[in-house]
Amino acid sequence: MAPSGAILMRGISLAFLSIMVLLPIAALVANARQAGWSEFWQTLSYAPDVSAIELTVGASAIVVAINIVFGTILAWVLVRDDFPGKGIVNAVVDLPFALPTVVAGVVLLTLYGPDSPVHVDVYGTRIAIGLALLFVTLPFVARAVQPVLISMDRDMEEAAAVLGARPLSIFVRIVLPNLAPALLSGAGLAFARALGEFGSVVILSSNIPNKTQVVSLVIEGDISSGYVSQAACLSVFLLALSLTVLIVFGWLSHRWSGSHAD
Amino acid sequence: MSISVQGVSKRFKDFHALDDVSIEIDDGSLTAILGPSGSGKSTLLRVIAGLERPDSGRVYIFGKDMTNLSPQKRGVGFVFQHYAAFKHMTVRDNVAFGLTVRRRPKAEIRAKVDELLELVQLQGFADRYPSQLSGGQRQRMGLARALAVEPSVMLLDEPFGALDARVRQELRAWLRRLHDEVHVTTILVTHDQEEAMEISDRVIVMNHGRVEQIGDPRTLYDHPASEFVMAFVGHANRVDGRLVRPHDVGIRLDPDPGLITATVHRVMYLGFEIRAELSVGEDRIRVQLTRDQANELSLVTGQTVYLELEAHQMFEPAELVAAAS
Amino acid sequence: MRTRLSLRFLALGYLSILVVFPVVWILWESFGNGLGQVAGAVTNPDSVHALYLSVLIAVIAVAVNTVFGVIIALVIVRHPFRGVSLMNAFVDLPLGLSPVVVGLSLLLVYGVYGWFGGWLQARGIMVIFALPSMILATTFVTLPFVVREVVPVVREVGTQQEEAARTLGASSFETFRRITLPAISAGVIYGVVLTMARALGEFGAVTVVSSNVFGKSQTLTLYIDAIISGNTPNYTPVYVAYIAAIELGILAVATLVLMSWIRKRGAERA
Repeated sequence: MAPSGAILMRGISLAFLSIMVLLPIAALVANARQAGWSEFWQTLSYAPDVSAIELTVGASAIVVAINIVFGTILAWVLVRDDFPGKGIVNAVVDLPFALPTVVAGVVLLTLYGPDSPVHVDVYGTRIAIGLALLFVTLPFVARAVQPVLISMDRDMEEAAAVLGARPLSIFVRIVLPNLAPALLSGAGLAFARALGEFGSVVILSSNIPNKTQVVSLVIEGDISSGYVSQAACLSVFLLALSLTVLIVFGWLSHRWSGSHAD
Repeated sequence: MSISVQGVSKRFKDFHALDDVSIEIDDGSLTAILGPSGSGKSTLLRVIAGLERPDSGRVYIFGKDMTNLSPQKRGVGFVFQHYAAFKHMTVRDNVAFGLTVRRRPKAEIRAKVDELLELVQLQGFADRYPSQLSGGQRQRMGLARALAVEPSVMLLDEPFGALDARVRQELRAWLRRLHDEVHVTTILVTHDQEEAMEISDRVIVMNHGRVEQIGDPRTLYDHPASEFVMAFVGHANRVDGRLVRPHDVGIRLDPDPGLITATVHRVMYLGFEIRAELSVGEDRIRVQLTRDQANELSLVTGQTVYLELEAHQMFEPAELVAAAS
Repeated sequence: MRTRLSLRFLALGYLSILVVFPVVWILWESFGNGLGQVAGAVTNPDSVHALYLSVLIAVIAVAVNTVFGVIIALVIVRHPFRGVSLMNAFVDLPLGLSPVVVGLSLLLVYGVYGWFGGWLQARGIMVIFALPSMILATTFVTLPFVVREVVPVVREVGTQQEEAARTLGASSFETFRRITLPAISAGVIYGVVLTMARALGEFGAVTVVSSNVFGKSQTLTLYIDAIISGNTPNYTPVYVAYIAAIELGILAVATLVLMSWIRKRGAERA
């Protein structure tokens, strides 16, 4: 391609991204900075906000831990096991990715809300929040681990078996370390997603301050009440938190794969 | 008898990998299971190791019926064609693995690993990762790892198949020396007949899931039990419905009734061997000549010569099996 | 083996409780009262308008992100420059942002008190609380998908085919149209499908920037939320929301089916 073409394309790309992404983020950060450190800390230490932060981080962490376990089990069953309907199960795992968050909330609400046919009503509880987050982050770890399992050499596991390791030991000592990089990467993405989840939580949570509010709900509330700079501060905080999570998990994932890759 | 396999059969969907196979392995011997791909040799080895369950038959190791035992409990050592190195562990941890899962004391493990690394000449590599090793080094590590738990039997599945020719030859000889030192009953699966002949005490030739012949290398070569064995172990020419070894064909320059007419196609000087390729009708045959013979004959491409079969084999049609050299 | 069965049980059980049972139940609940009710809910004018808005916004977002996404992908792979990894990070940024944060940041740029607020207001241009901001918000959150799907495909395709075309006399544009585009089409289609699904499902950002007037400026997601939380001008029964949710759900499933079909075809071709 002629150099002028390349320059044109680069220009278009940069312009587009600047207007679409850079500009809004800059406005966000600028607004928070304008509020000053004191207001920033004040917002963050405001009791309902602290409670929301604790709930958000806590729920996200627990949910990610659960989905690490079940995501791995799901991937294992999809790769190593065989049964009729496996293809459908595979597609079902993708469903939370494709489903709008609001729809996810509604779907969960019908079965586990006030009109539940099995009398399981979690609406308005912290458990409901956990449920919503579990749903939307379900595919992350499973999908990250699946391709690694598919391409993994069974030789290593057989070698371990002949050397005397029992199945659980083989899984812990051989399989897991080789899954770790993908697993951590998927977990990081799931965590970041959970921290910022909004749509499904809106439907399932009663949004009571200090009890069932997550940070995204607080931000939305602040915006509609006009507390824009507080919302900006919280948003920047949430953004920083997500980035930190992504960096930490990314680093952990990288450390695990490091010298071991062939 | 170290190992006794009795009437073992194994099917994979429609494919009969093993068909009523029975073999006996002597204590302390180095036995090769030789055959082309698809002959069932790897499957047989894996059945002995417990990595596959036979559909029928029994496996005895040192007199104990191990047919239904998991590989963990059989006390065998297994070496894989593609090394099966634990990528995420150092060489030291790889070799130590069997001892680690048996929860041996750290000091004992360390001593044993050092001893083994010295045995396989990988002393300086203890803290490297498999990805930093060459293929040959990885396989030596694989051997050390298998030996660490002092198995009663060593099973090697085409251990040198993934290595290049030179390394293969070096390791082959090295393995024989190792066996002479350590004396563990060893079974080696290979498709390379030269390898089998070079290092093993006895060879089991397999084809299509069945045992064709068992014997020491010399017997196999001089007294093959079937056309397949003759063609697979060494080279065999088909002439006039008979099978002849390249060194059993005499080339005469004068015609004589009873001799077979042939045309010289090519004469190849392979260093230690002089090989003449001749056409007999539609077939090509290979004749091995000594230097003196070659000089005497001075063969030229296109020349007509006459063949005398100094020794040959003939097999019943029922024994004619497609040779896959 | 016992472990195998218990693992299978755990996996399927988890999926059932979390995904399968709820989905089955909502379908049952909605269609249980007969198709007449369903038809009524679907043809309800507010619902139809919401669907129309959702699709309109999604189509625009998809179009914009496809055009620019392909360009960006080509730049990243074929014409990188110092700082291209930073650009890459910006492309991925929307993935890690909470949708309400996206909405807020747009508000801070285009809102009345935002950076461009005064300028826009002076010219009577409504962005926030109007359709343009909803389009912007949806485009923002769906930005990464086409790029991420096209980048690996461009990498794999390489430049040889295009070089051959140039030597045979094709112009840049012709080369792009006849050679480049068909070669990367699988990645583009996949990205488009993902973008579409995500755009239809967008909620958080749109909630913040939309005037959220029932029946007028609501996408299907906003519509559903309004009914569930009872923010409707006149009473609207919950099942209407359920059915709207199912509509979206069906679109999502259609996306899934398209995704796996494309994936399979891609694997066959490879």
